[in-house]
Amino acid sequence: MTQTSQTYSAKDEATSFLAQRTAWDRTKILLKKSPFTARFGMIVIALYVIVAVFAPWIAPYGEAEVFPTPYAPWGGDHMFGTDQIGRDILSRMIYGARNTVGIAFATTILAFLIGASLGLAAAINRSWLDQFISRSVDVLMAIPSLIFALVLLSIFGSSVINLIIIIAVLDSTRVFRLTRAVAVNVVVMDYVEAAKLRGEGLGWIMRREILPNIMPPLVAEFGLRFCFVFLTIAALSFLGVGIQPPTADWGSMVRENASLIQFAQYDLKAGLTPLLPAAAIALLTVAVNFVVDWFLHHTSGIKD
Amino acid sequence: MHPVLTTVVQRLGLGILTLFVVSFIIFASIELLPGDFGQAVLGQAATEETVAAFRKELGLDQPAYIRYFEWVGNVLQGDLGTSFSGRAASGVDRSRPVLELVAPRLENTLFLAGMTAAIAVPLALFLGITTALYRNSIYDRSVNAATLTTISFPEFFVAYILILFLASLNPIFPSLANIDATTEFWDRIYRTALPALTLTLVIVAHMMRMTRAAIINLLASPYIQMARLTGASQREVILKHALPNAWAPIATVIAFNLAYLVVGVVVVEVVFVYPGIGQLMVDSVTSRDIPVVQACALIFAITYILLNLIADVIGIITNPRLLHPK
Repeated sequence: MTQTSQTYSAKDEATSFLAQRTAWDRTKILLKKSPFTARFGMIVIALYVIVAVFAPWIAPYGEAEVFPTPYAPWGGDHMFGTDQIGRDILSRMIYGARNTVGIAFATTILAFLIGASLGLAAAINRSWLDQFISRSVDVLMAIPSLIFALVLLSIFGSSVINLIIIIAVLDSTRVFRLTRAVAVNVVVMDYVEAAKLRGEGLGWIMRREILPNIMPPLVAEFGLRFCFVFLTIAALSFLGVGIQPPTADWGSMVRENASLIQFAQYDLKAGLTPLLPAAAIALLTVAVNFVVDWFLHHTSGIKD
Repeated sequence: MHPVLTTVVQRLGLGILTLFVVSFIIFASIELLPGDFGQAVLGQAATEETVAAFRKELGLDQPAYIRYFEWVGNVLQGDLGTSFSGRAASGVDRSRPVLELVAPRLENTLFLAGMTAAIAVPLALFLGITTALYRNSIYDRSVNAATLTTISFPEFFVAYILILFLASLNPIFPSLANIDATTEFWDRIYRTALPALTLTLVIVAHMMRMTRAAIINLLASPYIQMARLTGASQREVILKHALPNAWAPIATVIAFNLAYLVVGVVVVEVVFVYPGIGQLMVDSVTSRDIPVVQACALIFAITYILLNLIADVIGIITNPRLLHPK
């Protein structure tokens, strides 16, 4: 007993009267200081995630359940009416959150896995590997990505898996550029040299030495990239070559109900129907942009 | 050789190299098709002889590198191949040359892009310069908020909002931009108004923000401070001292955004059923008409690369640091 009481720790003494802030406390303080726009963005994102995860319990009807009246007006059994073959718009909007956002999220993650690992490898190994990947990326970026995606989709056909892989590969070029650019500055640090000297492998240096030090720009890029991927997939679905029916998806919903807009003079609500899924896309993009803006502002330490 | 000339020649050389690699990628796409696509194009009822003749016509009985050089040679002479559609299983061939399909539509798309640029570029410059002039005023803030919103919106959302207000609720403009070769010039402009307005809203935001940033960036330079200390007014400082030095970044921004138009035009053409090359490409992707997709992709890619090349060259030529080497 006496033995333990005699050990002395400077850390214990210095912090004995200071309650240690946990990660949760720090997050709470940070959130309290966040501006209005960022809070708005976070609430919107949280709502979308809840709707996407619990879609089957929230939606009043099934995803592809067909009712006898096509183009039913708003109100009554169907809050936002029904579409051209009589499916409930509200239910399809809710399932659409799951499909559209889910597919965009999976694509962004895949793009980051490819882009970030290649970028890190190129930054560490500044030889032929770097040259080879960088020049290939230059060529890929010389073609507008929507056009390239259209060419590839015409060859491989439009399925969800093809869509995810094609968009992920095309977008990984941007991730590669950013990762390589920020990682190159970290690779020359002494502690990376030390890790190399003590014989750590490429994987360890990538994950444990460099990645933690380039996280903030990558996280911000993840948000922006997600917006971009989300808009690209929505545009492709709108063009009819992305997510295929009967899967509910916001881009194709806009296209399917677009003709209703002609009747806005007689029934304004019917005219608004095709704008609902489009507005859902726009709202999420704005929300993510707000949060990324605040995050960048916070991590870069720029003050007005 | 003058250093500016060297840099420009280097950049042009790199551009031509990129064009060749891109043409190779677009050509190679046909190689990735599954083996039985001849059957898929001609239909299940096609006899083996018809399929074999079709494959021979495409040159699939020759090695790929020979076909690549033949294809590039043909493209350089203006022959883009023959469309897949219109071929029947019986061997009757009513297909049309791709050039015949593409040429009138390319003209329409260039008309739309030109009209958009004619509205968007002066508007973006005016907004960019005035917001930099009255920085942090209510005017600046509201223009900024408006442009941030239009950047985040998908093109088709902007398009349908415009249709709702300007074509459906108040029938001022037609919601379908159906034009053909016989449409008169002013009628053409009237019918193209909504698509051009949509594209304008989308690219003005980017151009205006970049112009504003370029000018504000320059305002931090010592010579601007010097001009201020001599008693020049804010207007004089921006128009006489900052703007002449901002032309290089602004020209780059304009070329860069016109390149962005290339992509935006596809979605907008589909919304307004505008008979342009973007819609042709989407239709061909749906029907998997590969020669037409290749031709459209090649045209889009060349325009995109050329505009970016022009932007780079303007940036190099107008950079005063390169004009007076030490």
